[in-house]
Amino acid sequence: MNAGDGQSGESAFDIELTLLLEAIFQRYHCDFRGYAKSSLRRRLRQAMDRFGDASLSALQGRVLHDARALPILLDYLTVQVSEMFRDPTHFLALRRDVLPLLATYPSLKVWIAGCSTGEELYSLAIILAEAGLLDRTIVYATDVNEEALRKAEAGVYALDRVAGFSANYAKAGGTGSLSDWFTAAYNGVVFDRRLRRNVVFSDHSLSTDGDFAATHLVMCRNVLIYFDRELQDRAIALFEQSLVPRGFLALGSKENLHVSSRAPAFETFDGRERIYRKR
Amino acid sequence: MWNNEPAMKHAPPASGRTSPPAPLAPVDAIVLGASAGGVEALLVILAALPASFVLPIVAVVHIPRDRPSLLVEVLGARAHIAVREAEDKEMLLPGLTIAPPDYHVLLDVDRGRRHLAGAQDVRLALANDALVSYCRPSIDVLFQSAAEVLGPRVAGVVLTGANADGAPGLRAIKASGGLCAVQSPDEAPARAMPEAAIASAQPQLVAPLHRITQWMIALDACRTGGTESTIFYER
Repeated sequence: MNAGDGQSGESAFDIELTLLLEAIFQRYHCDFRGYAKSSLRRRLRQAMDRFGDASLSALQGRVLHDARALPILLDYLTVQVSEMFRDPTHFLALRRDVLPLLATYPSLKVWIAGCSTGEELYSLAIILAEAGLLDRTIVYATDVNEEALRKAEAGVYALDRVAGFSANYAKAGGTGSLSDWFTAAYNGVVFDRRLRRNVVFSDHSLSTDGDFAATHLVMCRNVLIYFDRELQDRAIALFEQSLVPRGFLALGSKENLHVSSRAPAFETFDGRERIYRKR
Repeated sequence: MWNNEPAMKHAPPASGRTSPPAPLAPVDAIVLGASAGGVEALLVILAALPASFVLPIVAVVHIPRDRPSLLVEVLGARAHIAVREAEDKEMLLPGLTIAPPDYHVLLDVDRGRRHLAGAQDVRLALANDALVSYCRPSIDVLFQSAAEVLGPRVAGVVLTGANADGAPGLRAIKASGGLCAVQSPDEAPARAMPEAAIASAQPQLVAPLHRITQWMIALDACRTGGTESTIFYER
């Protein structure tokens, strides 16, 4: 349960964790082996509680023999915490500094890698629409969690979250009211289907899948922090291959390229907002 | 439930002379949590830590989640050691590393390596997971990861605060054989967090800030002057 055995070897829990990820990969071809262990330890303990398993080995047996356990476990292996216009100044910088440059292209492709339940997707779609660019943009919205993708596609969010979304929208330089973009119904809101008319939702793994051709903007926020450095490098290499020359990469506010071996392929466009540009 | 916890009766008077000696053992890092009144408490500690202090300190201080923090500037102005905000995947370095607003900070070791004394292989990891006990960053998340990665080679410190964050985390550190210290509730501007931590973890040291600071300096000396063969820092 802990590293109290000091320098004598890895804890039993860490060994079981490695084996569980290997088992999921071999059985289901979902590759979480490059995910950072630190927060997986915490979330897999919660998964053990959820299933009532006394050890990760027991959980491994369960998921190997019962495919129905996998989608539930995926909610612990991936993180679905997000909000619209999280870090409003980031979206303000995209709106003010990046979109005018993107507007010079006749058509645009945008890749939102790790879109989870869609909050970031609708945030970006709204600023693209308000800049008059959405109609000539194709958005690839990808995630490894299919259940999360389904929620993203539905675009339905609980009503009690909307006040926070609206406040962020205003701070992000919103030109109207966020309510222009959704319809309230029961205890939720549903976002305007025009926002996802040009969105392609796709099951995609940054661990095992390839890139999307000729994108102008890749947005991948608070995803890389869950990867180890090797997988971070792989993901950033995919973004590099995917982007057109001078294309933009938008990361989370505490993610940076400088720990990556791919850093030389990019220049810093807005260091504070972690927006980079392919050289 | 912890108002009359016996452990706090051992809290020494301000002089601290009569209390039992604080426990010492070589550790590779100090993890620290503070909430209401915590900035002032950290300023007191930092003012007293000498520039020669090399033991890495990682701290969670509860601050508003929705705006950039000025903690690095505020604390750095008073400190003789380096003060920085945690960055994902950075090595654990000497000085004070503070959790950024709205992210959990955890300790981790490189894949395929197990922790060796000296913390050369320990890195910081940020996470955006859900709030834990209404907090992000959460003291418990940091402390539990420290217990898992460093085992007995970590010291946990809980200071003033008006909630119970840090209590389960400090218990995890104690259970892994690490050292635990809590600010005396009588001295703390907000006593709930120290009291919860005392009740949960039965720390080896309950003391006012100046004694906790002396203990931290002794831990640093124990580590740098100790006989452990793998303790190095090149700066």
